[in-house]
Amino acid sequence: MEWSRKDLVSIAELSAEEILTVLDVSATFKEINRREIKKVPTLRGKTVVLLFYEPSTRTRLSFELAAKRLSADTVALSVSGSSFLKGETIMDAAMNVMAMIPDCIVIRYPYAGLPARLARELSCSVINAGDGAHEHPTQALLDLCSMRERFGRLAGLHVAMVGDIAHSRVARSNVYALKKVGARVSVVAPKTLLPQDISTWGVEVWHEFDPVVKDADVLMMLRVQKERMDEQCFPDEREYAHFYGLDRRRVDMMKPGAVIMHPGPVNRGVEITHEAADGSRSIILNQVENGVAVRMALLYLCLGGSADDR
Amino acid sequence: MKQAPTDPAIIQGLVERIAEELSPMVSSGAPIAFVAIRKGGEILAGRLVELLEERTNIRVPLGVLDITLYRDDITRRRIYEVKATDIPFDVSSQDIVLVDDVIQTGRSARAAIDHIMDLGRPRRIYLVVLFDRGGRELPIQPDITGMKVDLPEDRTIKIEVDDRGAISGLIMGGVK
Repeated sequence: MEWSRKDLVSIAELSAEEILTVLDVSATFKEINRREIKKVPTLRGKTVVLLFYEPSTRTRLSFELAAKRLSADTVALSVSGSSFLKGETIMDAAMNVMAMIPDCIVIRYPYAGLPARLARELSCSVINAGDGAHEHPTQALLDLCSMRERFGRLAGLHVAMVGDIAHSRVARSNVYALKKVGARVSVVAPKTLLPQDISTWGVEVWHEFDPVVKDADVLMMLRVQKERMDEQCFPDEREYAHFYGLDRRRVDMMKPGAVIMHPGPVNRGVEITHEAADGSRSIILNQVENGVAVRMALLYLCLGGSADDR
Repeated sequence: MKQAPTDPAIIQGLVERIAEELSPMVSSGAPIAFVAIRKGGEILAGRLVELLEERTNIRVPLGVLDITLYRDDITRRRIYEVKATDIPFDVSSQDIVLVDDVIQTGRSARAAIDHIMDLGRPRRIYLVVLFDRGGRELPIQPDITGMKVDLPEDRTIKIEVDDRGAISGLIMGGVK
């Protein structure tokens, strides 16, 4: 097993072996989450601080449950309700949190790069829960975990990501992760929602959805970020749904065994219809369940060895 | 205290004697199940289940514990590999026979007992080991022991199995 990191900042820095280590450990933790007593004493006495500078329900809850099920103590701070809005710089805020000697900081921040800086400068573990349009590594790991659970493998799977690739940290982390483990990756989006450097990503680029629907093992529908509409990336929701939404007609075109994923929160009727989101091909709630196990695995791996060991 | 035996016949004899001691408990009809500590305990418990079935015609249910997450040194050692616990029965209200190949400090047994308690409330927990090498750091003693052995502090032992899974000897390891 490969792991000697105190932090998880990005998928880009992980090796394929490290990614598979996280998935293997996650499979074990999943069993704990189904016990009647969903708690093990592994991280007793450790403190995990959740610093969320952007709204989050799922990710924050998932991290908090993960930490608690490993017996760590958790404190969650969100921007509203804290003094972080009173003009303090983020590094001042981080140093103040650090002075209270946490063992791990889980950070979500609206701009790229902060988790990497904290990881470098702080002695505690730092886990990136999403930084700007950069990465959301735990989401990619739980996505891979769900795919491997369903298909028994990752190498050779054809995964299509559909929607706002340009602004999506989920897409970026998933592309890095899937390529490292040997999956085939397609992205489907209008040109306005693709990053300018897409040709360097090493993925297949499609502007039409239907040909990909028929061939993909996994359709990963990305959330339409409505705030992007102001930037005129696409005309309106109905047109978007027509060209890039997953509806019944497209579900019927999918390969036997192919599945539907979505990182949430779902805009029903825009990127995905009720029928697709709730149908038998959807593994959206498996993703959420696996999220807790994956985050337990990461807390265990990052905090499992003492600072002296590193 | 004796040197640890390496002759498979002697080791198999020890396992048979443990089965003999457990036999009345199994045939009494009281609810009983084996829980083995991964990995050495698994081999021993598997063999005990077979021997007891030959003697009593009762196949005792067997589960396996991975105690990694319950170890008290987890944050001081770099143990990353963790395997699933697989207990295909309810531990509550029955006698649980905890099985391990070797006992030394007693810390593994402590971790295993804590783990079982998180799964339910057994009526009683017994501890069965093949080798007791002394050096206890906790007040935990096995109920049934195959043999007490004398080993230098820095040596390790574990059961060796052949292709068919039968106990074929002992692996004597170097520095822990």
